[in-house]
Amino acid sequence: MRQVLLIEDEANIAEALRFILSRDGWAVSVVSDGARALADVVRIRPDLVILDSMLPGMSGLEILLALRADPANAALPILMLTAKGQLRDREAAERAGVTAFMSKPFDNSEIRAKVRELLGA
Amino acid sequence: MPISALTGTRLRERRVALGQRQADLAETVGISASYLNLIEHNRRRIAEPLLARLAEALGQPPQSFHEGVGGTVLDDLRAAAARLPGAEIDRSEDFAARFPGWAATVIGLHQRVAGLERALEAMNDRMSHDPHLSASLHEVLSAVASVRSTAVILADTEDIEPEWQARFLGNLQDDSKRLALGAEALVRYLDTAGQEQEQGLASPQEELEAWLAANDWKAGEVRGLASGAARQMAAAWQAQAARDLAAYPAAGFAQALAELGPDPAELATRFGGDVLAAFRRIALQPGMQAGLVVCDASGTLTFRKPISGFALPRFGAACPLWPLFAALARPMTPIETVIETAGPQPLRFRVRAFCQPRFPQGFRGPELREAAMLILPELGRGGEALAIGSTCRICQRAACPARREPSILSA
Repeated sequence: MRQVLLIEDEANIAEALRFILSRDGWAVSVVSDGARALADVVRIRPDLVILDSMLPGMSGLEILLALRADPANAALPILMLTAKGQLRDREAAERAGVTAFMSKPFDNSEIRAKVRELLGA
Repeated sequence: MPISALTGTRLRERRVALGQRQADLAETVGISASYLNLIEHNRRRIAEPLLARLAEALGQPPQSFHEGVGGTVLDDLRAAAARLPGAEIDRSEDFAARFPGWAATVIGLHQRVAGLERALEAMNDRMSHDPHLSASLHEVLSAVASVRSTAVILADTEDIEPEWQARFLGNLQDDSKRLALGAEALVRYLDTAGQEQEQGLASPQEELEAWLAANDWKAGEVRGLASGAARQMAAAWQAQAARDLAAYPAAGFAQALAELGPDPAELATRFGGDVLAAFRRIALQPGMQAGLVVCDASGTLTFRKPISGFALPRFGAACPLWPLFAALARPMTPIETVIETAGPQPLRFRVRAFCQPRFPQGFRGPELREAAMLILPELGRGGEALAIGSTCRICQRAACPARREPSILSA
């Protein structure tokens, strides 16, 4: 089963995403802070990371930079959740190697489709 | 009355709620169980006489089984569903009929989300330049994202397990409260930021209040104030504070306050002092949990000491229902009442208001009025309370008879 690591500190969003993605057949792990997220990427070796842009402690961008700094994650698809209008954050994330964006508030069917696309399903 | 496409569903729900077996009900009304099964799954239209027999057997009037869902509700639900490709628009009536309360919630949230999205779009540029605003918007957007995603799960997932359903309904409720609070905080912030942009620096009165708050509401070194106007107001404040202290000396006042409680009129009688000075001494007593607002005869707030949970408007006029303004119209009459704030988590406070006229130029000069309102925490929840707000612009009481302008927070 393909692994999705969801890095999201908002518990209710994480619960909703875990529910819809699990029903699509993906194994979803949730982590709420950056330091643990980096450790989980090494431990779980996910096929896709969904990363919130605003997290306590390490920001989404810092996590993205740390992930891309490791050659083992060069091809890892990373879908970043951003607030509408965070143009500067998006530009910085693009430079740091993000794979795709999804704006909050997102549409369940759109995020499901994007996950399928990024996982090549 | 036309029989709704959902009559069978309602019959089934009522039968299940009563714990009746399908076969038993069928036998009671003289039809086969398989025919009743078809009716209950809306696959056979039901004649009025049979519906009357079934309704009687189920102990409810026939019309309760075939009342359709109102067109406005369906239109609003369809509008909500149209935002989300993939929603089963053709099942809107089913959803509204089975969960009318949640349908209303989804419609309300959809309207709130639409309003917030419009506001957020307009703020895009500012968001990227203002870290505080960015964080506030993120909070609101996260709540919106959660509400939207969760509502779609509840609407679209037919086979959702009861425990998941209960969990998501709980999440929806939590997030809707959080959304309301976040939106209110955001509007308050934007309200302030917008005014500052228009007015340049904050007013001298604001500067004075910020300076007093930073000094724990004790007069301090006025050189810390940026503007000359604020320093001048601070000097006047210090002189007044010295007079108040002379009229109500510290040691005796603390003891009297402990004995009599925060009643300005009683304290004024005990000390033979000015009633408004007693208001100030109570509100500014170290460790005292009390807010204070003072206004002049025009209703303009001339002093604000906030108390947690009771929002005081920084700009624009306050809620006209505040007892402060009732006192202004009835000089020398003490007014005491319990008030309840607007919002998803209303709080109660006991307020005491009083207006005192002055004649600084004697008989030939104008009458000047000053009113004060002391705001004290009210722990009890029972009894009547006067429903008030902060200021119309951010008040959620849509049907308030005293409303001056529409609220930014209304859907």
